[in-house]
Amino acid sequence: MTVVSMTVNGAPVSKDVPDETLLAFFLREHLGLTGTHIGCDTTQCGCCVVQLDGKSVKSCTVLAAHAEGANVTTIEGLAKDGLLSPMQQAFRDLHGLQCGYCTPGMVMAATNLVETYKGELTEAIVREEMEGNLCRCTGYHNIVKAILAVARGEVTPRDRVEG
Amino acid sequence: MVMQPFRLLRPTSLAEARTLREKNDEASFLSGGHTLLPTMKQGLARPPVVIDLTRIDGLRGIAASADAITIGATTLHAEVAASEAVRTKIPALAGLAGSIGDRHVRNRGTIGGSLANNDPAADYPAAALGLGATIVTDRRELAADDYFVSLFETALEPDEIITRIVFPIPDAAGYAKFRHPASRYSIAGVFISRKGKDVRVAVTGAGARGVFRATNFEHALAKDFRAEALEGLTVDPSALLEDLIATKEYRAHLVHVMARRAMTHLGSAQSYK
Repeated sequence: MTVVSMTVNGAPVSKDVPDETLLAFFLREHLGLTGTHIGCDTTQCGCCVVQLDGKSVKSCTVLAAHAEGANVTTIEGLAKDGLLSPMQQAFRDLHGLQCGYCTPGMVMAATNLVETYKGELTEAIVREEMEGNLCRCTGYHNIVKAILAVARGEVTPRDRVEG
Repeated sequence: MVMQPFRLLRPTSLAEARTLREKNDEASFLSGGHTLLPTMKQGLARPPVVIDLTRIDGLRGIAASADAITIGATTLHAEVAASEAVRTKIPALAGLAGSIGDRHVRNRGTIGGSLANNDPAADYPAAALGLGATIVTDRRELAADDYFVSLFETALEPDEIITRIVFPIPDAAGYAKFRHPASRYSIAGVFISRKGKDVRVAVTGAGARGVFRATNFEHALAKDFRAEALEGLTVDPSALLEDLIATKEYRAHLVHVMARRAMTHLGSAQSYK
């Protein structure tokens, strides 16, 4: 067992967990943050993407211990003042989801992409940069539209977080 | 999937890592974990102790000199891809790093981990062999020509740690690969470089014993460094991998095509894929 301490969505957390605990399980099982999904559990689908010190990572393939002292942001940490984030609002407005399973990872990856990409995002670049996130419902078109809308600054959050 | 239990050790110096390894004979070294952790989930590796190398000072970072780029073993693929020094001095190496996996994988995977693992479809082995790199470890320097042995097999001792990789700066270099659309691993990838009269052509993804040099391609390009010089040349299919994805003959054809594409992408920080 190891005591792992990190900041998750702005709040400090500390848990005594087995050494082999993966970040995705740490978030879900130990912190109850089940917005981070586990799809393939083999580093392919991207449902488990979170931000680790400002970088998007697949949390099913990162040890919780690797996040020691780090800043972690999950889908639960995006909304501000009870309002959806611009990316969440865009996915909602433009129907960038259907079953919703991949959505937390998509939104986290997309948010990180828009925040960190140097240069102008085009449809081709968005499709290439989002290769690490699989969606089996939408065919990606509306996901790409949502990301481009946020990148162009066209989205203002207005819907309140429910539940 | 459930990870089997193990004890995680996190040294902060190379000396400490070596001492821990001496005390734990069956320990595995861990870097970015993007091969070892999935392998452990599948039960294909069961180390009782894992020694994490990512907290060791001095193993991470990129330095440029007049004739070489030196990359620390725990440097991320994303850092190599974005490095101004790499992009200007060996653009093909930046392009190759930026073509690995996806952006999330590139934020965790490391060059040392990739080279130590020596996956037959990985990208970095092609760059190391194709540029004639030197793999520096905690005890010696290995030329890339002597380093790669076979599938997932290298000249490293079980307790040996890669510390950095030194890439000589070529006059020209290019990389092209044909990826499996789901796994994004190369079915065939070719890295070509020229430094003076010395031409190197390294093939990944296709060889039955892992990365290899296509010497007949090298001879042709040494005489005439243009894609057209490869006309009619092929690699021997009997030495290639065959799986559900591609036959030996198909891979041999792809090696030729990717070599030509590498030649048309010389000096580009955007690999053909």
